[in-house]
Amino acid sequence: MIQQVLFAIVVVGAFGFALNKYAKIYRNIMLAKDYDTQGNDFQRMKNVGLIAFGQKKMFKRMVPALLHLCIYAAFMITQIELIEIFIDGFTGSHRFFRDALGGFYTFTISFIEILSVLAFVATIAFLARRNALKLPRFHMDEMTGWPKWDGNLILVFELMLIIFIFHMNGADEVLYNMGKSGQHPGEVGSYGFAISQFVGPLMFGWLAEFGDFGIWMLNILERFGWWGHILMVLTFLMYLPFSKHLHIMLAFPNTYFAPLNSRGEMENMPDVMNEVKMMMGLSEMSADAPAEDELPEFGAKDIFGLTWKNMLDAYTCTECGRCSSVCPANLTGKKLSPRKIMMDIRDRAEEVGKNIDSGEQQAHNYDDGKSLFDYISREEIHACTTCNACVEACPVMISPMEPILKLRRYEILTESAGPSDWVPMFTSMENGGSPWAVNDARDKWATDELEKN
Amino acid sequence: MSDKKLQIPIMSELAAQGIEPEVLYWVGCSGSFDARAQKVAVAFAKIMNEAKISFAILGQEESCTGDPARRAGNEFVFQMMALQNIETLNMYKVKKIVTACPHCFNTLKNEYPALGGNYDVVHHTQFINDLIKEGRLVMKGGSAFSGKRITYHDSCYLGRVNGVYEAPREILEKLDNHLVELKRSKTNGLCCGAGGSQMFKEDEKGDKRINVERVEEALESGAEVIVANCPFCITMLSDGIKAKDKQDHVMVVDISEMIVSNKRL
Repeated sequence: MIQQVLFAIVVVGAFGFALNKYAKIYRNIMLAKDYDTQGNDFQRMKNVGLIAFGQKKMFKRMVPALLHLCIYAAFMITQIELIEIFIDGFTGSHRFFRDALGGFYTFTISFIEILSVLAFVATIAFLARRNALKLPRFHMDEMTGWPKWDGNLILVFELMLIIFIFHMNGADEVLYNMGKSGQHPGEVGSYGFAISQFVGPLMFGWLAEFGDFGIWMLNILERFGWWGHILMVLTFLMYLPFSKHLHIMLAFPNTYFAPLNSRGEMENMPDVMNEVKMMMGLSEMSADAPAEDELPEFGAKDIFGLTWKNMLDAYTCTECGRCSSVCPANLTGKKLSPRKIMMDIRDRAEEVGKNIDSGEQQAHNYDDGKSLFDYISREEIHACTTCNACVEACPVMISPMEPILKLRRYEILTESAGPSDWVPMFTSMENGGSPWAVNDARDKWATDELEKN
Repeated sequence: MSDKKLQIPIMSELAAQGIEPEVLYWVGCSGSFDARAQKVAVAFAKIMNEAKISFAILGQEESCTGDPARRAGNEFVFQMMALQNIETLNMYKVKKIVTACPHCFNTLKNEYPALGGNYDVVHHTQFINDLIKEGRLVMKGGSAFSGKRITYHDSCYLGRVNGVYEAPREILEKLDNHLVELKRSKTNGLCCGAGGSQMFKEDEKGDKRINVERVEEALESGAEVIVANCPFCITMLSDGIKAKDKQDHVMVVDISEMIVSNKRL
C-alpha cells in the first residue's frame, strides 16, 4: 500500500512537472507566425510512415541507422511493459498481463529483452562514437558544454533503463525458481524470458544459498529494479524538454507538417509582389489602401518573424549534425553550421519564453533589445550557398536553410544591409536586367555567331 | 554546321510574322554575357538546329529570372525581374521553355507559378535526352571525348533541388566514354560554391574555397573531363582546376558541348 501511494505521488508529480514544461514549449513554438499546412493529407501521412516511423532518411548512413534502429525498436516495444508497470504500480498487482496473455506475454517480454540487449550494445557503440572515435560532427564548435553533456547523459540514462529492466526481471526469475515469486507464491518455475532466465540466476542465483535473508534480498533487488526503471522513465520524461532529445516525440509532427511543395520554391512575399506590381503599373493602386505609418518588417530578425514550423524544427533537432557534416560552407572551414542555426533558434526561443514566464516581457509586444542576430552572426548567414544539402540530410525533415534565408531577407529588405558585393549586383539587375553590368546587347552572342556562319 | 545555316530566331521577329515557335530557349544571363557560357549557348542552339526544333530566344526582352536576388534576400529586385519576365512570356503565350541554366530552370519552374507564370519548363539535359530517345538526335561514333575518363558533377538546382539525376547520365551513356562517379554524387552531390548568390560575392573566411574542395574530389577520380550542366558550376570548377594548376590536364565542359563534338556540328 505504501508503495502504491508513493508511486501515485511520484507519477503525478513527474507528469505535472513535465506537462507544465511541455505546455511552455508549445507556447514558445506558437509565438512565431502562422504556417500554411494545406495540401495532401495522404502524402503527409505517407511521409510520417516512411520517414518518421520507417526512418527512411536515416538509412543513408548504414552504421548509425542500424544502431539507432536497435534503440528505437527497443524504445517502442518497451512501452508495452511500461503500461504494465503503471498498472502494477497503481493497483499493487505483480505482472498484471502475465495470466491474461500467457504465452504471448512470455514472447513479448522476451522480445523486449532481446531488443534491450541490442539497444545496450548500440548505446555503448554510440558512446564510443561520440567520445572515443571523435566523429567530426560531434566535435564542432557548437558541441561543447551543455550539448556535449546532454548527448552523453541521454545515453547513460538509456543504459540505466536497460540495466534496471534486467535487474528486475533477473531477481524475479530467481525468486520464481525458488517458489517465491510475487505473482504466484508457492509455484516453482521459470518465467522463460529469453535473456533473464539465464542472466537472472547468473547475477543473483548465489543469493538462494542464504535462506530467508536471500529471499529478502532478492525481493529488495527486484523492487530496486522496478523502481529504478520507472523512476528513470519519469526522469527521462522530465529531462526531455530540457534536452535535444525531444525528437523522439516531435519527429512525428515535424515530418507530418513538412512542406510538400518543391524545395526549389522560396516562400512568396505577396506584400512585396503587390507593391512591385503597383510600381510597374501592372495593377491599379487601390484607393482605399491603408496608409502605413512605418515600414513593415520583412523577413525575420527574431523568432516572431519565423513560422511555427521553423520553431518546431528547432525543438525537433536532436543535434546529430548530419546537416553540418554535408554543408559545403562548413566543410571548407566557414563559420556556418546549419545545426548551430537550429540550436540558436531554440536557445533564443527558450530565452524569450523565460522572460515571458518571469513577467518581464509580454508576448504581444516583446522587446528585450535582443534578437536572433545576437545568436547568429552575419558571417554565418552570408556563407549559405542554398545548396539544400542540409535539407536533404536531415532525417526528420528540418530545414535549416529556411530561417537562414529569412534572416537574409530581413537584413536586405528591412535593414538595407548585407554583403557590399551584392549592392552592384542588385543595381545591375534593376538597371540592366542582369547581375553583371554589361553594355552589350543581350543577344550579341547570337548575332556574333550568326555572322561567323 | 554542314549544309544549313545556323538559325537563332528572336521571339519578337517570329511574332511579327505570326509564327509561334514550339519552345522558347531561355538563354539566361550567363549564356548571354559570360564568355564561357556563351559557347554553351551556341552549342545548344546548334543542337536545336540539328534536331530541327522550332525555337526562339527572347533576346533583348529577356532579363535575369531574379534567382540571385531572391536568394540573397532581395525580394523587391526578384519581383521586378520576375513580374517583367512573366509579362513578356505571357504576352507571347509561351507554353514550353528550355534552359541550359539550372537556376533559371528552378525559378521558372517552381517560383514563377506563384506569381502568375505557368509554363512547362525543362532543363536542356532533359530536352536533349528526349531528342535522343525520340530518334531526333542520333549520336555518331567517336568524338574529341572518345575513350576519355569523364566524371559528372550534379548541380544542386538540377539534382538535389529538382531531382533530375538520370537524364544527363543517360546522355553520357550514349557517348563513347568511360564515366566514373564522384564520391559525392546525386543526392549527396557537393555544391560548386556558387549558389545562393555566392557567385556574386567574396567567400566568407574559411580554410579553403568550396570549388577547390570539389575539384580535389574530381581530380581524385582520375577524370580528364568534368561534365557539368550549369554555367555557374562551369565557372567555379574551371577556377578550381586553375587553382590546382591542372588546366592542361582536365577540362570542364557542358553536356551540350560533348554532343556538338560528337556530331561535328
